[in-house]
Amino acid sequence: MTAPALRLTAVQKSFGPTAVIMGVSLDVAAGTRHAIIGPNGAGKTTLFNLISGRFPLTAGQIALHGRRIDGLAPHQITRLGLSRSFQVTSIFSRMSVLENIRCGLLWSRGYRYSFWHLLARERALNEAAERLLADVNLEARRDVPAGLLSYAEQRALEIGVTIAGGADTILLDEPTAGMSRSEADHAVALIRRITAGKTLVMVEHDMSVVFDLADVVTVLVYGQVIASGPPAEIRANRAVQHAYLGTPAETGVA
Amino acid sequence: MSETVADTATPPRATARPRRGLRRQWPWLTVLAVALVIPWLFYDWTTGRHSGFIVAMLSQIGMMVIFALSYNMLMGQAGLLSFGHAVLFGLGAYCTAHVVTFSKAGGFPLPLELTPLAGGLGGLLSAIALGYFATKQRATAFAMITLGIGELITACALMFQTFFGGEGGVSTNRMTGHSLFGLGYSGSIQVYYLIVAWTAIAIALMLLLTRTPLGRMANACRDNFERAQFVGYDPRMVRFLQFALSGFFAGIAGALYTLTYEIVTFDTVAASMSANALLMTYIGGVGVFAGPVVGAVLIVLLQSWVSLLSNSWLVYAGVLFILMVTFAPGGLAGLVLMHAPIRRAGRLRRLAGPYLRLAVPSLLVVLGFVLAVELCSFLTIGAAQGKSLTVHGLTIDPHHATPWVVAALLLGPGGLWLRRAVRRFGAAWAAVSDEVKTAGGRP
Repeated sequence: MTAPALRLTAVQKSFGPTAVIMGVSLDVAAGTRHAIIGPNGAGKTTLFNLISGRFPLTAGQIALHGRRIDGLAPHQITRLGLSRSFQVTSIFSRMSVLENIRCGLLWSRGYRYSFWHLLARERALNEAAERLLADVNLEARRDVPAGLLSYAEQRALEIGVTIAGGADTILLDEPTAGMSRSEADHAVALIRRITAGKTLVMVEHDMSVVFDLADVVTVLVYGQVIASGPPAEIRANRAVQHAYLGTPAETGVA
Repeated sequence: MSETVADTATPPRATARPRRGLRRQWPWLTVLAVALVIPWLFYDWTTGRHSGFIVAMLSQIGMMVIFALSYNMLMGQAGLLSFGHAVLFGLGAYCTAHVVTFSKAGGFPLPLELTPLAGGLGGLLSAIALGYFATKQRATAFAMITLGIGELITACALMFQTFFGGEGGVSTNRMTGHSLFGLGYSGSIQVYYLIVAWTAIAIALMLLLTRTPLGRMANACRDNFERAQFVGYDPRMVRFLQFALSGFFAGIAGALYTLTYEIVTFDTVAASMSANALLMTYIGGVGVFAGPVVGAVLIVLLQSWVSLLSNSWLVYAGVLFILMVTFAPGGLAGLVLMHAPIRRAGRLRRLAGPYLRLAVPSLLVVLGFVLAVELCSFLTIGAAQGKSLTVHGLTIDPHHATPWVVAALLLGPGGLWLRRAVRRFGAAWAAVSDEVKTAGGRP
């Protein structure tokens, strides 16, 4: 069997004396959609920050397709084919929507730090950017500065920038947070379409989205994995029900 | 100017028809034509001489345009506030001085037309060496390091005699006898046209740079350096390369300085020169590619023209800077750009009245301010120089009460009037832009 797309081994993270992630081990099989759920403060976003290299690990290992990536800088991890989105929209606000997408494309298309290519003349690049723009339904907003987009549009752009580099492992941090029902449905359809054949790990609060999209669900509570499995199994899991429905005093450590 | 927004400009569509060559660049071509013609407007046909003052001023504008644009490669395009940009300018100037001297002494026959490349190379190498340290950081830390570098190199310039020539500086002679076109460069007009050529080249290259992957990623790192990492770019590398290229152009500007004055002193690397870059760029406008060009022209005019009329030109430059930072952070170019949507909707005429009503009290306050500053200056410096304040043959005595009362009246009641006019103008502006929005002014 080939190495999983993503393997976390006994990952720990502390901020000063506060332990936030306490020994998380997790395998994400290539080509699956994996959801991470858990109550607020469980460490879901921190886990993303560790995987993507935004924070250094306190202990443990992370491997992408069998290759160690812990200790690498975010841009190095990105170049290895792991891309992430942010919970709080993180785009290039003064640049146009198209420019944002194009920035996401540049590295993967081998432009590196080139100062001798004129972007306007790079046909393949620009066509790819236009296609992606159509994929995330932002064609009509093509030339608008990204900072002026509506919230849902910014979320769509965030996803567009995230997938632009052609990464095969994609981390989405609450892609539907703050969206209306119809916007969320739209976003789910979008995510389903653009992550076909890729490995997706997403943090999500909306259970209908989770059970709709995910092949595997992992439940994170207070920095530990309390359950991991197919959605139906998770739904029936008593510890999970406890974590979500029980009083905070009881949920200390499951 | 059209199509000059560095960061949000939309380059032609990939599928668009090929551009019609230089026609789209008509504002730049107009400026170029003006730059070529101006010296002849001040040509004295009876003596057959160019106006030395005009040519000197235009030459300075040329080099400062390059200098300010290279500064904006950091400030506007990469979001890097540097307090030591003059170092790159000055080192380029020193390198050029040595290369020209070497060339004249028979070292090698480098045509004078190409010596700015030596300056550019000097600036580039300096930027690589210094930028290696400075660009490890961003934001405030970067600004602090550049400030330190500026002080360091200024101190070095006074210490290391062989390269910097100490306080006397390094002088050279541009008449090396090596030229591509057989020119002697004895007169400043020939040097001026050389400056025009290099300024045009440098502007074109810097404009093209904004449209490359590196130029775009510099914008991206400015907007959100963290996100840039997650699309695969190392923001430090982006900063470093942008800094190095900016050094190349600053060095070219420095080289033109050397060719113009034939002497380079430590002033060229000093803090006041760095401040000049900041002043020109900010007043012109950092968000628009052509902004620093406007700023450089304005500041040089202030420097060389107003300084002829008044001892206090620095006061005016300082006040202008404070006013711009406070009320128009987009600079002059930003102010012009604000009118674009209204112009496109064809409602610019609606603003004529409000502008006129704003102009009268503004003029009074400016007059009052200038009068007050000049009165002060003539009480102190002017008295020491034995000059008297004369306007159109009318001598104003700063020891008399009347001019002070006039200044106070202009500033006091005039200021109140201006405040009311500003408020009214704001309302008129809001009304017009609301109309534009609701009328769907966007194309």
